[in-house]
Amino acid sequence: MIALMVNGAPRTVAGGTTVAGLLGGLGLDPRLVVVERNGTILRQRDEFGALALESGDVLELVHFVGGG
Amino acid sequence: MIAGHEFRSRLIVGTGKYASNDVMIRAIEASGAEVVTVAVRRVDLDRSNDAGILHHLDPARYFLLANTAGCTNVTEATRYARLARAAGFNEWIKLEVIADQETLLPDPVGTVEATRVLAAEGFQVMAYTNDDLITALRLEDAGAVAVMPLAAPIGSGLGLLNPYSVRTIKHRLSVPIIVDAGVGTASDACVTMEQGVDGVLMNTGIAAAKDPVSMAEAMRLGVQAGRLAYLAGRMPRREVAVPSSPTSGHLT
Repeated sequence: MIALMVNGAPRTVAGGTTVAGLLGGLGLDPRLVVVERNGTILRQRDEFGALALESGDVLELVHFVGGG
Repeated sequence: MIAGHEFRSRLIVGTGKYASNDVMIRAIEASGAEVVTVAVRRVDLDRSNDAGILHHLDPARYFLLANTAGCTNVTEATRYARLARAAGFNEWIKLEVIADQETLLPDPVGTVEATRVLAAEGFQVMAYTNDDLITALRLEDAGAVAVMPLAAPIGSGLGLLNPYSVRTIKHRLSVPIIVDAGVGTASDACVTMEQGVDGVLMNTGIAAAKDPVSMAEAMRLGVQAGRLAYLAGRMPRREVAVPSSPTSGHLT
């Protein structure tokens, strides 16, 4: 298992989990979520499946909500 | 017409604070708006995913204008803007850098600086600002594609407090002027448009009405009426009465 911070809260996932795997496990549609990993926005959604998470990664998963 | 992009409506509406998504969708339709604003927030991982607005709002039908609402400094605002752009819809951002939590008034210095940073990165920046001419000029100089002075503080519904300032800003800047925030009812929208500005952006004025769908339609008509009246050119104000009917031909 590896330990992550996801949206400000600790979370553990199995070793080898990819960004796509994390989103899938959370029930999120990758087309509707923007992922920031350790302060860097992951621009290429088609690379989510190849990006393995590492212990200590800090992830922010954001989306659009209602606002003015 | 903003940054070479022609929009159908002079009314831009927000998507926050609606009692339900169904009412929001129907209100946006009634408003006739093409551009709708959205906010960038963390996905709430403890709840179902349907808090995301795109589960309800068709991005093929509306032009999504992401905001940096709630950001209080340049670093935060530019980060939110970059996250919004990474969502992949467009390069437009409604920039807000809020300086004071009680009044939600914008930080002029931070807004100008963030505008410069984001414009250099290729963003089309629509900058929310006070009704201050000099700040508006600085924002235009920093590369804003539209400047958005407030009518009144966000969510206040007080209407256009300083028509003179807004008119002056419109007169002196070349970029489109969209009055953002403070419009409470259709007459406010109308009076605002009568100043000659290019458009109005509102959220609470519609969302917090008892009947948001009807108010959205009223706002649409108010914006149209105000624009038409501005183009028509109002009569001069007079301090004395002038009869409308002939003064001759009275019976004796």
